[in-house]
Amino acid sequence: MFASTIRMALRAIAANLMRSALTVLGIVIGVASVVALVTIGEGATAQVRSEMSAMGDNLLIVRAGAARRPGEPHQDAAPLELEDAFAIAQEIRGIDQAAPSSSMKTIVVQGNTNWSTSVTGTTSAYLPCRSYDIAAGRSFTQTEDNGLKPACILGETVREKLFGNDEALGGIVRIGRTPCPVIGVMAPKGENTMGVDQDDVVLMPIRAFSRRIRGNDDVAQISVSVSDDRSTTAVKASIEALMRDRRQVSPGGMDDFEVRDMKEIASAISEATNVMTGLLSAIAAVSLLVGGIGIMNIMLVSVTERTREIGIRLAIGALRAEVRMQFLVEAAVLSGCGGILGLLLGNAGAYWATRSMDMPFIPSPSIAAVALLFSIGVGVLFGWLPAHRASRLDPMEALRHE
Amino acid sequence: MSARAPVISLRGISRVFGRGESAVKALNGVDLDVAQGEFVAVMGASGSGKSTCMNIIGCLDRPTGGDYFFCGLEVSRLSPDELALIRRHQIGFIFQGFNLLARTTALANVELPLIYQRVPKKERRTRAEEALAAVGLSSRAHHLPNELSGGQQQRTAIARALVTQPSLLLADEPTGNLDSATKVEVMNLLADLNRRRGITIVMVTHEPDMSQFASRQVVFRDGRPVGDSQKEAL
Repeated sequence: MFASTIRMALRAIAANLMRSALTVLGIVIGVASVVALVTIGEGATAQVRSEMSAMGDNLLIVRAGAARRPGEPHQDAAPLELEDAFAIAQEIRGIDQAAPSSSMKTIVVQGNTNWSTSVTGTTSAYLPCRSYDIAAGRSFTQTEDNGLKPACILGETVREKLFGNDEALGGIVRIGRTPCPVIGVMAPKGENTMGVDQDDVVLMPIRAFSRRIRGNDDVAQISVSVSDDRSTTAVKASIEALMRDRRQVSPGGMDDFEVRDMKEIASAISEATNVMTGLLSAIAAVSLLVGGIGIMNIMLVSVTERTREIGIRLAIGALRAEVRMQFLVEAAVLSGCGGILGLLLGNAGAYWATRSMDMPFIPSPSIAAVALLFSIGVGVLFGWLPAHRASRLDPMEALRHE
Repeated sequence: MSARAPVISLRGISRVFGRGESAVKALNGVDLDVAQGEFVAVMGASGSGKSTCMNIIGCLDRPTGGDYFFCGLEVSRLSPDELALIRRHQIGFIFQGFNLLARTTALANVELPLIYQRVPKKERRTRAEEALAAVGLSSRAHHLPNELSGGQQQRTAIARALVTQPSLLLADEPTGNLDSATKVEVMNLLADLNRRRGITIVMVTHEPDMSQFASRQVVFRDGRPVGDSQKEAL
């Protein structure tokens, strides 16, 4: 019985294909936009996560000046010192590396090519902390880390700008007025979440950088890589305790430094993405409602048009419930077809969008199931009134209907 | 005549449409018995109440007053769904306008009552094909109603009415939309079904020619039967 009801519904829908297609357009658009937005959102979240982990897994960043509000550091806080980084490396348990760093935008010259880039003074610990890999050459030796001798490691962008197809290793670049031998080239990492090219960098030993380029010993930040099996929260707390002690912050006083957990930032960004996705999907879901009203409208027309058919069915012994079920199933099949179309369209749209934005395309079966069930639900909900109306027809009057 | 209870037994049936001053009495105390195997033609001018009576006999409508025993069962107070079940299992309808489902093949139209009877698909198909064969339409089984002539459509409708093997076949002006040659063809088919299979048929018609195919003629006037060939014969 149920199979033949569905077959009847499909036949009725096919009988008026053009009208059926227009009727479900609202559902198609609604489902397609919700599915596309959620899928794109999932892709964006996954991308944020992978970019964050590219920036450095389990990364803590210590900076001078506390953020009272985000992006508004304490202005008169004393800068960090090299000794702070050594102290963290020695005293804090559960960390792999701690790398002090200081950066400056400056011009790097090779031959008659020059390129303005960010030059960072740091130590060899910086590379593992920030997940940079050496593609060619080597990292800094311990002697270089602690010495004043200039040497530099180029990011891929800088290497490409300055050397093009030529061999960079063993070449000399001039940073400011200091000639620096190129000892290594880093593997490319691409843009970070904020769209900054992470390969547009030059690394130098921090003491050489401070003395020859920067002109002071300030350390802007200390990157700390937490061991895999340690909780970043606990390590963060012990670094905060150490730094309060070193910077003589009175108990209960306000910290004049901050320790940022990149994981927290990553999850904050993901959350923001999720909220955006949710809001946009909610707006898109409104069109599902509109689509439902469209279905109700056409089903009411259809019931009127098919009054005679309903009369025939009642006369040969259909129960009211059976007539109601027939129209309910028809509405549900109609909107279910719209849901399937919308699902295909939404995934196609999401595929296209994620591809053009270089994001991963992650189709979600649970979203597909929810979208499909929801659209069928919309059909049943808005099909109820027309179906009920059909079932209440008087067989005699329905048969007489022209 | 069979000694069993009559298929139809109407006792003092009345049917009033509307209320108060605008009320119209369509039936006014109808007493009528139809025995198993009879072929009754109900005649009368339009407005005589014959169609209203037909609807009550067919369990499509309920009387305002009186009692209606169908195969011995009092049905005048049953609910719409209970009446639907009686129509489903006991009554076959043939209409003036054929009332076939458009965009549905002759075979599928004949199968429809069996779907509501929950007959399994295979058996449904076989029985529908048999019913079409009985009305001589096997070759047109897969045609749509609008590809069939009027006579073929009416024969499809007769097959649909017969396929459930009902106790009663009701025909409401079955020849009203047909040309004279086809009228005779359809009437011969009905008379043949009545004779050979013993199916009880009640037919409404306003054409005296057609009523001659029936074994008994009942004439309605002003909401009640005023002439009955059977009683006159007695």
